[in-house]
Amino acid sequence: MGYVINRLLQGLMVIAVMAVLVFIGVYAIGNPVDMLISPEADQAEIQATIVRMGLDKPLWEQFLAFINGALHGDLGTSFLYNEPAVRLILERFPATLELALAAILMAILVGIPLGVIAGLKPNGIVGRAIMTISILGFSLPTFWVGMMLIMIFAVNIGWLPSTGRGETASLFGVQWSFLTGDGLAHLILPAINLALFKTSLVIRLARAGTREVISQDYIKFARAKGLSEPRVILVHMMKNMMIPVVTVLGLEFGSVVAFAVVTETVFSWPGIGKLLISSIVHLDRPVIVAYLMLTVMLFVTINFLVDLIYALLDPRVRRKESA
Amino acid sequence: MSDVRGGAAQPTLVVEGLKTHFFTEAGVVKSVDGVDLSVSRGEILGLVGESGSGKSVTGFSILGLIDQPGRIVGGSVKLNGEELTTASPKRLRSLRGDRIAMIFQDPMMTLNPVLKIETQMIETLQAHIKIGHAEARARARDALGRVGIPSPEERLDSYPHQFSGGMRQRVAIAIALLHGPDLIIADEPTTALDVTIQAQILSEVQTLCRETGTALIWITHDLAIISGLADRVAVMYAGRIVETGAIAEVVSNPRHPYTYGLIGSVPSRNKRGQRLTQIPGMTPSFLSLPQGCAFAPRCPNADAKCLEMPELSPCPSAAHRARCFHPMPEGAEA
Ligand SMILES: Nc1ncnc2c1ncn2[C@@H]1O[C@H](COP(=O)(O)OP(=O)(O)O)[C@@H](O)[C@H]1O
Ligand code: SF4
Ligand SMILES: [Mg+2]
Repeated sequence: MGYVINRLLQGLMVIAVMAVLVFIGVYAIGNPVDMLISPEADQAEIQATIVRMGLDKPLWEQFLAFINGALHGDLGTSFLYNEPAVRLILERFPATLELALAAILMAILVGIPLGVIAGLKPNGIVGRAIMTISILGFSLPTFWVGMMLIMIFAVNIGWLPSTGRGETASLFGVQWSFLTGDGLAHLILPAINLALFKTSLVIRLARAGTREVISQDYIKFARAKGLSEPRVILVHMMKNMMIPVVTVLGLEFGSVVAFAVVTETVFSWPGIGKLLISSIVHLDRPVIVAYLMLTVMLFVTINFLVDLIYALLDPRVRRKESA
Repeated sequence: MSDVRGGAAQPTLVVEGLKTHFFTEAGVVKSVDGVDLSVSRGEILGLVGESGSGKSVTGFSILGLIDQPGRIVGGSVKLNGEELTTASPKRLRSLRGDRIAMIFQDPMMTLNPVLKIETQMIETLQAHIKIGHAEARARARDALGRVGIPSPEERLDSYPHQFSGGMRQRVAIAIALLHGPDLIIADEPTTALDVTIQAQILSEVQTLCRETGTALIWITHDLAIISGLADRVAVMYAGRIVETGAIAEVVSNPRHPYTYGLIGSVPSRNKRGQRLTQIPGMTPSFLSLPQGCAFAPRCPNADAKCLEMPELSPCPSAAHRARCFHPMPEGAEA
């Protein structure tokens, strides 16, 4: 329990520090008027906004106001859409989340078996072939692969759609693509595109983990006990090998969300990545601030969950932290 | 000095001319190169030699657990008369843990860190017999109790890191004993533990084996450890047995110069304060073994004849044999 509270406090600290940094970056450095008010606004509008936003007040009061707003979920209003920035982000977040989860799922389902096979037979033809594929996955640029996927599967063969989310259905009051056949078909290509890099990473992690664990005495002892090979591999080996894989993969989840920018652009996937790009292009700063804050919170949440899972997987961590 | 117990009964394990080689990039490592061993019901055989002499590889070869790039390239391993070197993987698996059990050197590494003791014991039972969870748990608990683990019922739910090294080795021993095997191979199981626990565990295992008639091969680099407990000893050097016989006979009357040197380096009560004789030189590398007798570069008795390979020959009787052209004189004080 102390472990959980400890991690929670750490997460809150990170968010607080990030809030200060964002405040300094957006309000304190440079001209806040430029940073927060649309360049197209006229003089009277600017004056009104300065007063409304309290930019004429001392810095510490502004900071309190910023924190107060942030605590109430108010990080400003988009110039472009004239909607609260937080709401804009949250509306598009499910699309990105869905894409990222689908990509991670693919990376696990494909990467772990391949990595284990490559780890069990590192010098065999299959093992070498898997590693070559993983090098390709690492080195091919995401946008290029995305365009190739569109060219082959959407244009030439015409099996799969290449733009948008397709039909969505509602679950927990949120729209999801994977719930409809059409949405699922729309999800496949972008998910493959986003998964490619992480699949290569999972292959390498799983292979390295397998090679390390398989040479341990406890694996030999498991065989000496007369256990079947599937049990030795699936229980004794995998349970140990998965600890670093899950940890790294969990921590990578945030970067999958961040990297979704490229894939979302190539496939016109209406997620936060695409919103971020258009906000940068149009200098829609409140949206950028909201994106930064929410991404930090996402990272912190993920880190927290990873720590919990790690403790669940490894009994040694549980004891050390609670002792 | 005959080691045949009960007349015509066949030994539990007979190893003849066993060769296990590792085909590495640097060359062929002949870690086990013609090993003969036998051990009978209720008998304890000490397998002694310096680190790197091929003792562990011998043990794993008997279990059929040699990993790439190693392979058994010759010889025979018979358990109760059944040939194991040509047995199917399925047959070997069914014998491992059931008829032959092994205890490893480092108890900190032997148990799986992420599985409860209960899981690691019950799976061993269920790998060989049809048994329900509750019954298996009861048997696991009794097995822990038998090797002297206090409050075994609660300990079943613990993870390995919650045990000391000595306790972990007891758990490993309990696992080895679960199916009442015909043969236990104990690979330096007390080397990593402190001296008092070493002696305790060794004598307890001895008692358990004697009670159940289990044959025991106790691997060690320390002749002193087993001199009071084993029945017979086989001394290994560079992948071969260089001397074998009843333990009392070999210790009091070592014939091979290597054994003679080993005993010289064993601290003993009546030589307290005396400087220990060390065998000069180093364990040779398997990749550059000298021609003929592998011990020649370190041997005080070596001469031109030793460029050939000596046989393991009666010295003086078939019960005490040594692999040497110029054995130490009988009764020489080491
Ligand atoms: N997987 C392996 N690959 C190459 N050589 C090995 C391997 N395992 C063992 N050996 C060789 O076998 C020799 C004997 O090892 P081992 O039986 O473990 O010695 P001991 O148990 O007597 O200390 C070692 O010197 C080592 O070079
Ligand atoms: S055969 Fe020769 S070299 Fe080898 S141990 Fe005997 S005397 Fe020494
Ligand atoms: Mg060894």
